Amino acid sequence: MTNSLHDMGGMHGFGRVEAEPDEPPFHERWEGRVFAMQRAVGFAGLWTIDAGRASLEALPPLDYLGSSYYRRWFLGLERRLLRHGLVGEDEIAAGRSLHPGAALPRTMAAADVERTLTRGEFARPTNQPARFKEGDRVRAKNINPATHTRLPRYARGKTGNVEAVRGCHVFPDTAALGAGENPQWLYTVAFPAPELWGPEADPAVMVSIEAFEPYLDPA
Amino acid sequence: MPDDHAHSHGDAHGSELSEMEVRVRALETILTEKGYIDPAALDRIVEAFETRIGPRNGARLVARAWSDPEFKSQLLADATAAANSLGHAGRVGSHLIAVENTPQTHNLVVCTLCSCYPWEVLGLPPNWYKSAPYRSRAVIDPKGVLVDFGVTLPPDTAIRVWDSTAETRFIVIPMRPAGTAGWSEERLAELVTRDSMIGTGLALEPQMAATA
Repeated sequence: MTNSLHDMGGMHGFGRVEAEPDEPPFHERWEGRVFAMQRAVGFAGLWTIDAGRASLEALPPLDYLGSSYYRRWFLGLERRLLRHGLVGEDEIAAGRSLHPGAALPRTMAAADVERTLTRGEFARPTNQPARFKEGDRVRAKNINPATHTRLPRYARGKTGNVEAVRGCHVFPDTAALGAGENPQWLYTVAFPAPELWGPEADPAVMVSIEAFEPYLDPA
Repeated sequence: MPDDHAHSHGDAHGSELSEMEVRVRALETILTEKGYIDPAALDRIVEAFETRIGPRNGARLVARAWSDPEFKSQLLADATAAANSLGHAGRVGSHLIAVENTPQTHNLVVCTLCSCYPWEVLGLPPNWYKSAPYRSRAVIDPKGVLVDFGVTLPPDTAIRVWDSTAETRFIVIPMRPAGTAGWSEERLAELVTRDSMIGTGLALEPQMAATA
């Protein structure tokens, strides 16, 4: 979902940032297991990284805000497993398997782990020329899709400069729907803080987003 | 579920205890019994992120960039290729971007929409990076966020915030501290903190490293 609580840029009221000295990668054993389970099940390729994000964004707002990071991951993973019919509600309730598993395209063995420790490639070849170039003035569209998007609310309708052309990449808005990769050009677009937050904002602050071409109009 | 709201800081310090342990164990059992996952693979993933994949990898990139102008140019031009040319600690995938702090400009990296982070070179993000306070404020009040981290910059420093809204990932090259001329890369890397590569910190001063 687009206009949900995950899109937090510019919100007030969450308080100061509190860093924890010498923080471990996982605070509890279960956090590591959730992290690893998500990667292992994701290895089957049944959903995209964007669909994974979309399932977290679709959590009820109070669940999203009231859950720790890895609890959110757990709830999202449960939802995806249920939606894809890989696990039944009865099995979640029972805490054990009650039906034979479905055949997955592939499963992750211990020997597969090493090669998954490098991030995937999301750039894709294209025959389409990039519509914008470095230095172009662009306006982020005012769009409010009910489905997944990576255009944050705070940038919509705002005018900025194309600072870099980052290549052509899988388009999250369609990939999240399982509707194909639909690769699009990606740009770094920078906005002066007063454009985003009004004339009182500090003109020495510049904020950039990574914007896909369908998010942008010439300005 | 009484544990749900036990934490006054919401997701900033979340660690639900027994309820989550029980539910996660149950799900792992179900997925294992159904043949979807191999617990040995899970063990190996957790082990890799607890022991090998961390900010030391990024610190070595920064220390090399400080020592070798040619490498720094490569890092700024194509950080993925430059990182892989060092051949240490695992490959870096696509699409790593290095941004350089200067006396004029300080860079700060955030992911307002989720938790995008250059984990291959910095390890898993700390809780604060994924928290509502950081994600909400980094783009509207970056100087206030820096104050939370005890970072004060000269008043005329421009702040550049990078919101990681796509699959590009950003690492900050902090400024090299004074008084480090002639230091080896290994020694320099000790000055490069995780936070300095996110932009919520500066590299350590030599005398701070001696006591760290």
